[in-house]
Amino acid sequence: MTPHMLTRSLDRGATIFLAVVAACGILIPLSNLLLPAGSFLQVPTYLVALWGKYVCYAILALSIDLIWGYCGILSLGHGAFFSLGGYAMGMYLMRQIGSRGVYGNPILPDFMVFLNYSKLPWYWQGFDMFWFAALMVLVVPGLLAFCFGWLAFRSRVTGVYLSIITQAMTYALLLAFFRNDFGFGGNNGLTDFKDILGFNVQAEGTRAALFALSCLALIASFLICRSVVSSKLGKVLIAIRDAESRSRFLGYRVESYKLFVFTLSACMAGVAGALYVPQVGIINPSEFAPGNSIEAVIWVAVGGRGTLVGAALGAVVVNYAKTVFTSGMLAPYWLFMLGAMFILVTLLLPKGIVGTFNAWWDSSKEKRAAATTASAAAEDGITEPRMAE
Amino acid sequence: MHSKSTHDIAASFSRRGVLAATAGLMLGLASISSAKAADDTIKVGVLHSLSGTMAISETTLKDTILFLIDEQNKKGGVNGKKLEAVVVDPASNWPLFAEKARELITKDKVAVVFGCWTSVSRKSVLPVFKELNSILFYPVQYEGEESERNVFYTGAAPNQQAIPAVDYLMKDEKVKRWVLAGTDYVYPRTTNKILEAYLKSKGVAQEDIMINYTPFGHSDWQTIVADIKKFGSAGKKTAVVSTINGDANVPFYKELGNQGIKAKDIPVVAFSVGEEELAGIDTKPLLGHLAAWNYFQSIKSPENEKFIKAWQTYTKNPKRVTNDPMEAHVIGFDMWVKAVEKVKSTDPDKVIDALPGIEAKNLTGGTSKMLPNHHITKPVFIGEIKANGQFDVVWKTPGLVAGDAWSKELDGSKDLVGDWVGKKCGNFNTKTNKCLGSGS
Amino acid sequence: MPANLSARFCSLLLSLFLIAFALPAFAGPFEDAVAKFANDDFSDTDEAIGAVASSGNKLAFPIISALQDGRLMADPDSKKVYVTGADGKSIDAATGESVASVPDSASAVRLNNRLRRSVDAAIGSLTLQSPDVGTRLQAAQSVFKSHDETALEAVDGALAKETNKSVKAALGDARAAILLFKPDTAEVEKLEAVATIKARGDQEALALLTGMGDQPASVTKAAASAIGSIQSSLAVWSTVQNAWYGLSLGSVLLLAAIGLAITFGVMGVINMAHGEMVMIGAYVTFVVQDVIRTRYPGLFDYSLLIAVPLAFIVAGALGVLIERSIIRFLYGRPLETLLATWGLSLVLQQAVRTMFGPTNREVGNPSWMSGAFELGQITITYNRLWILVFTLAVFVILLAMLRYTALGLEMRAVTQNRRMAASMGIATSRVDALTFGLGSGIAGIAGVALSQIDNVSPNLGQSYIIDSFMVVVFGGVGNLWGTLVGAFTLGIANKFLEPVAGAVLGKIAILVLIILFIQKRPRGLFALKGRAVEA
Repeated sequence: MTPHMLTRSLDRGATIFLAVVAACGILIPLSNLLLPAGSFLQVPTYLVALWGKYVCYAILALSIDLIWGYCGILSLGHGAFFSLGGYAMGMYLMRQIGSRGVYGNPILPDFMVFLNYSKLPWYWQGFDMFWFAALMVLVVPGLLAFCFGWLAFRSRVTGVYLSIITQAMTYALLLAFFRNDFGFGGNNGLTDFKDILGFNVQAEGTRAALFALSCLALIASFLICRSVVSSKLGKVLIAIRDAESRSRFLGYRVESYKLFVFTLSACMAGVAGALYVPQVGIINPSEFAPGNSIEAVIWVAVGGRGTLVGAALGAVVVNYAKTVFTSGMLAPYWLFMLGAMFILVTLLLPKGIVGTFNAWWDSSKEKRAAATTASAAAEDGITEPRMAE
Repeated sequence: MHSKSTHDIAASFSRRGVLAATAGLMLGLASISSAKAADDTIKVGVLHSLSGTMAISETTLKDTILFLIDEQNKKGGVNGKKLEAVVVDPASNWPLFAEKARELITKDKVAVVFGCWTSVSRKSVLPVFKELNSILFYPVQYEGEESERNVFYTGAAPNQQAIPAVDYLMKDEKVKRWVLAGTDYVYPRTTNKILEAYLKSKGVAQEDIMINYTPFGHSDWQTIVADIKKFGSAGKKTAVVSTINGDANVPFYKELGNQGIKAKDIPVVAFSVGEEELAGIDTKPLLGHLAAWNYFQSIKSPENEKFIKAWQTYTKNPKRVTNDPMEAHVIGFDMWVKAVEKVKSTDPDKVIDALPGIEAKNLTGGTSKMLPNHHITKPVFIGEIKANGQFDVVWKTPGLVAGDAWSKELDGSKDLVGDWVGKKCGNFNTKTNKCLGSGS
Repeated sequence: MPANLSARFCSLLLSLFLIAFALPAFAGPFEDAVAKFANDDFSDTDEAIGAVASSGNKLAFPIISALQDGRLMADPDSKKVYVTGADGKSIDAATGESVASVPDSASAVRLNNRLRRSVDAAIGSLTLQSPDVGTRLQAAQSVFKSHDETALEAVDGALAKETNKSVKAALGDARAAILLFKPDTAEVEKLEAVATIKARGDQEALALLTGMGDQPASVTKAAASAIGSIQSSLAVWSTVQNAWYGLSLGSVLLLAAIGLAITFGVMGVINMAHGEMVMIGAYVTFVVQDVIRTRYPGLFDYSLLIAVPLAFIVAGALGVLIERSIIRFLYGRPLETLLATWGLSLVLQQAVRTMFGPTNREVGNPSWMSGAFELGQITITYNRLWILVFTLAVFVILLAMLRYTALGLEMRAVTQNRRMAASMGIATSRVDALTFGLGSGIAGIAGVALSQIDNVSPNLGQSYIIDSFMVVVFGGVGNLWGTLVGAFTLGIANKFLEPVAGAVLGKIAILVLIILFIQKRPRGLFALKGRAVEA
């Protein structure tokens, strides 16, 4: 597939994608809030929360696709950035509980009262302000990614080595956040949130608004990714992906490009995490589990690596499948189905759902184009063998 | 050129169509299945992990509830309606627990949910149960410090397991030096904190208490077991109080056995090791190590023998063991059935109000009662591990112990009580006479 | 073996009694004491043990040893107590008369830990002069532990007759311990006792000295200096002990990683299902042991020897199958093997969960892998030692195989230059299948070894996969020596960090060190050189 075709198909897919996301972002909350509960077209609140979660995952998938699909950096630790963003938001939400915790302490979250903290640790300061928390959602994952990338890319750690040390990073964070002494609630994490910006997080209106906001964030992330990959910068990234040494020999500062896109991607993952937490209602260290990060990479592969629409679609499809498979009669067998899905997609749809669809579409279009040319040629009176009738 | 652009439009239409159809289908599927809520049965939600790390413990509890529902239906169901189990798999994934709880309550319209094992899974679903006002029965021993209107705690609170066990070791084994070893999460942290305060109140010096935390699934116990051995060689009788969780226990006990730490020298009393966990270990080297529970399979009582027999017949496995959290489900299920029959409704508010005061026979020959703080009364047994993987009860409390939602040993909670009958509050401060926090 | 011997010894004594049972039945304190066993009360049982042991009655030993083995039956109704022999014959414990059968209402007298200690002490003083060296040694050690002054006479008597050197030393220790705790011992003797115990130099000696309570000033002073010297020598030993723990942890890491070093290092397949191969090996061990337990209990000690080849075959065959059906379509797309094998690992886990149930399955240690021995002041457990030996053996065999066999040559050729190897006539696809099978097979035998120290559950593999990848990457992909050095380095570093920082922080520190190390050496410890690296 030539780059030209790639961008063209992206453009068209992008329009549809943005339209669908925007439609969902407007229609689902409206239907949930305005239509009477139980009517056929009303989207129940639990589905709003569920789809909100999918949308956050889609943002995470986009951020992974940006670095993996377009720059060849396979991060097996992106869940760490997602979780850090989530924790930043979770800390804000914890501070908003105020004196409504079970011990009624106006400043300290319950788990700190319980662990005999006498005052708030320094790293919890400022999280009672939304703007600060929102800033931290971007800064903390971004800074970690910057430091990590600065070290790794300058030392030219690539390929599986990079993948494995990103995994080591998220694993180390997992262990650290599990520790109760670390001051983030240990295994239980942060939960039992009450308010966000003064609105009850459990209220239907808040949920609908969060959903709409997540869709907005998805659109924004998509546009950012698209503007990155379709710019000159994006071309360099693709060059790095396909031949890193050659790009370097041509005079590009490969590590700077990589560092930029890696940090950007981490910030996006952080935003996804921050939107995820109020909708799911809990953030705990298991989000750092290496398995989660691997799974996120798999969403991208299922949807189609190197196609931004595919990444988002992959996240939704896999997670929807998970939701369906884990209920009812199928529950004991869902891992079989999920596992089989991963294997089959890899074997039969190596380009992912969207990639395969694009390839099929392009080839069928070429055929049709060929047919059109042929018939046009016939009209022009060029001789051709007569078909038997 | 002209023909090409038509193609493009057609393409975008068809593709948009495909995407829209997919999205519509997904939404439709979900809403259709939510639309059919049968009226002729009462649905019971089962929220236990069937895959992932916790499947090892929770799968049995799912089977237990299915078994209990089966038995109840044989007796004609509840209020003339059959019970129907709705099983979901939250896959040891805590956010998924919340999602599945929401699905059970809103989509499947279950009347009650039996589920959760780890504290974090309970914490994860709590807001959901509060928001949607449903009922959760939680069957596992836990750290306490909680009393919620929508949750009924049928497992042991710390005062129903940890403190009696320590009392036994102090009195009967004359233990003077204590190792508190646990997995680093909230249950061991709380239990050890309570125990530390309790031991100090009994005059145990700080240097005679060693506290050690390990990560989940810790498998290399060489150093820690050697440390325990060293700690135990100070000339005072030493015991280990283990709040080590699940998977980490097998390698821990194997290392104890191999390094030759016998129960005669340094006994280990565990709060998370029951018949089910021992089924995976060769117990001969563990002879005499202890566990504290509210139920043991080996306890002789007519109810227990009947239950074990029925359970083994149901699972078609004559070797299938029973354990404490299973008994908690048995009691909880019985209490729920009685409450529903009492108020002749499955309306959550009515059932929640009816539950405190309901009594149900436990399997060890006594009668447990649901308390206003939503915990229950239970007997406490100390058992020694036998060579066949069962426990020999060496001590038990004279009567039933009432579960404390808030520990009396901790500064933060000693003035708190949970009372959903009179005060309608889960964390009522008896000093200030105020219901703390939001109170609901 | 000692259990067996003592059982034989008991039955010997028992039969002696059966021959000469015409002892006059005398009612008295002994009979009253025996009757107390029937009360099913721990304090009564404790009193009974003391009374019976000190009675001097010839039935004392059979009764107490029967109590220890759970062969002492008591009838709560008639208050009669019976000793059942290993041969199924029974005698009345009070009179020694043989009885036809024990009534059904009788049940074994129960013990708890406190009573087990009393039983040990009693047996100790009763068997100090047993004809068997092992029993005597054990007896001396249990007297040392109980240091009960009533045993002093027996110890002195035994000491006079003892010829065996190690038993004599143990008896000396026991005597010293008793003297130390006996309030009316002369100061000189106590000082001698302290010196004797100091010479032992182990943790038990330390426990004895720190716990001896009120003593004359000179004794306390001597004990304090003894404690100091024991502690400082133990501190040195603890470094050695840490090094051993590190080696042992390293061997476990190496064992888990070595199969991965082949599939991942040599073939470039990111095999996320590697852990599941380890798990399958462990389950093979379970199945083998299960069959042996039910059919051929005598073979239990050989179960692992049978399981190793079987696990290799099962996991290896599965590996070949996986390679043929999935992996071979994915060569040249290494990252996609990650995806497919991750899916595969989910399937395998759930398959095992469905087949064997989600709970742990019991895999026992054969007798030669149970227990520990003391080397100086460090404890070395047999299972860890054998795992280390086994790991090194696997490593050496694998290395030899790669170097000296035709398959090994082909494997190396394909790894180094696939196209060139193919044009030299090597059937690369066959080599691929066999290499993957070999890696999986080794993972399978790793499972056999790991089943000895860890859970056998469907989650077994998951707990090793991350560590295995760390080891392989740290050591350098594609280099077996790198994996070896990597595994032992990480193991030892972990074990030296653990006492300082704790298990969790120690592990975090190791991970951070790996991340930093990779910055320094982006291709691991032993990097492959040459153009192939950039490919």
